[in-house]
Amino acid sequence: MESIGLSAKDLTVAYGDRPAVKNISLDFAAKQVTALIGPSGCGKSTFLRSLNRMNDLIPNCTVTGEIWIRDQNINSPTTDVVSLRQKIGMVWQRPNPFHKSIYENIAFGPRYHGVKKKSELDQIVEQSLRKAALWEETKDRLHNSALALSGGQQQRLCIARSIAVKPDIILMDEPASALDPVSTSKIEELIAELKEDYCIIIVTHNMHQAARVSEKTAFFLTGSVVEYDLTHNIFTNPQKPETSDYITGRFG
Amino acid sequence: MRAKTADKIATSIIIAVAALIVLVLAGLLGYILYRGLGHISFHFLTSAPETIRKGGGIGPQLFNSVFLLVLTMLITVPIGLGAGIYMSEYAPANRITNFIRLIVEVLSSVPSIIVGLFGLLVLVNLFGFGFSLFSGALALTVFNLPLMVRITEQGLKGVPREQKEASLALGLSKWKTITSVMLPISLPVVLTGTILAAGRVFGEAAALLFTAGMSSPRLDFTDWNPFSPFSPLNPFRPAETLAVHIWKINSEGLAPDAAEIAAGASAVLVITVLLFNFGARWLGRYMYRKFTAIK
Repeated sequence: MESIGLSAKDLTVAYGDRPAVKNISLDFAAKQVTALIGPSGCGKSTFLRSLNRMNDLIPNCTVTGEIWIRDQNINSPTTDVVSLRQKIGMVWQRPNPFHKSIYENIAFGPRYHGVKKKSELDQIVEQSLRKAALWEETKDRLHNSALALSGGQQQRLCIARSIAVKPDIILMDEPASALDPVSTSKIEELIAELKEDYCIIIVTHNMHQAARVSEKTAFFLTGSVVEYDLTHNIFTNPQKPETSDYITGRFG
Repeated sequence: MRAKTADKIATSIIIAVAALIVLVLAGLLGYILYRGLGHISFHFLTSAPETIRKGGGIGPQLFNSVFLLVLTMLITVPIGLGAGIYMSEYAPANRITNFIRLIVEVLSSVPSIIVGLFGLLVLVNLFGFGFSLFSGALALTVFNLPLMVRITEQGLKGVPREQKEASLALGLSKWKTITSVMLPISLPVVLTGTILAAGRVFGEAAALLFTAGMSSPRLDFTDWNPFSPFSPLNPFRPAETLAVHIWKINSEGLAPDAAEIAAGASAVLVITVLLFNFGARWLGRYMYRKFTAIK
């Protein structure tokens, strides 16, 4: 039996009166990649953003239901959101490195969480960059601006930044859709390696990508999950006609 | 065919209007500098004014202007930053916030002579600060604060949402996110705005007539004890600034060279304000490049 990294129960997200995500219950396995696919506006990104309470920042957005990590319901008002977010990393569609040096981008989080010694920070920076397959390209210019990196490098830096604070779960919101094919395949290789250690939930528009990187896939349509199964089953033998229509490209 | 003609007419009118603005500005600056530049010398910039004889300078006034500017900024910047951060990041989107925003707008459009009279009644008389640099700085704060709040708020609002989210997603607190991620990004905007506000303060006269006063004690530039009444650093002494001095010698100056002194002082004032403006642009561009640069 695989262990559960994160599980959502009856999660509903609404902007004002308009629900974007309705009563979704999903379990995400630890050390696996789960892909969320579906047409634009189906609520998959909204769902993803509520898993680390990022939707708290959006006025009028209400999230009801439960999100369990181990024995803690993180969607309860008593949860310490700030320390929770350390456990859940996030990667955005457009690379968003801080306007700081490469080194500072990585060291920023750990230093805030109490790592003060330079030698330890150096080690975290190197390990994180190695894990994100970026060390060789950046080791000679760690103190240059991160904004000078290419888009694909910036995205790997953002992944390195999020693993530097030692999360259990990494949320990725279309992490490769703004990148060229070469960078995309590098990100995909990286995801395949990272799943040894993390529970990864990835939103993607690219069905081939979902098929390549994920173990399980959830198909979203108009705010609900239509089908959730092993990726292999979803793509070869979908049970619902909507799923089959979507993956064969009949709509979306 | 008609649309093309209309387009041509509109283009030429716009160019003409733009040229007119540039001409007016160039004419104004050129005239002030032409009249005043010849009078500026080291002696003029450093010596004290004369009441009835020729050859007075603007030294104390120049010093007062700079000192008042520093005092005002010491009060305005922390309050303005704090209020701007609150308005941008903490204030809930509701009626009260909108009301505060409206008040800030109204405050920024109060005529400066009214701010001066308010300063006279409340700061000088009621609170008993007298005609002093401190009263002047507080009056200028009333009139500078709205600008500072708006600049900070706009600067922070201009920070891309992903930057803020990236920091929060690492488990950083809101305050740390604001101070370490958002403020550095908005710094070029905030700093440029602050310098422009400073330029406005430097040229302000009406709000100071009845608050900082229209006279200066005989300053002793060897006495740096801020509590001594003749020390230049004493914030509770009256202090006539450069802009106020220009107004005064133009309206009641007795020195035979009053007109030349006014012209020279005006040129100094205009040059300083221009320096503030160019400095702000240069610094803003420099910092923007520094934060986003390739190297």
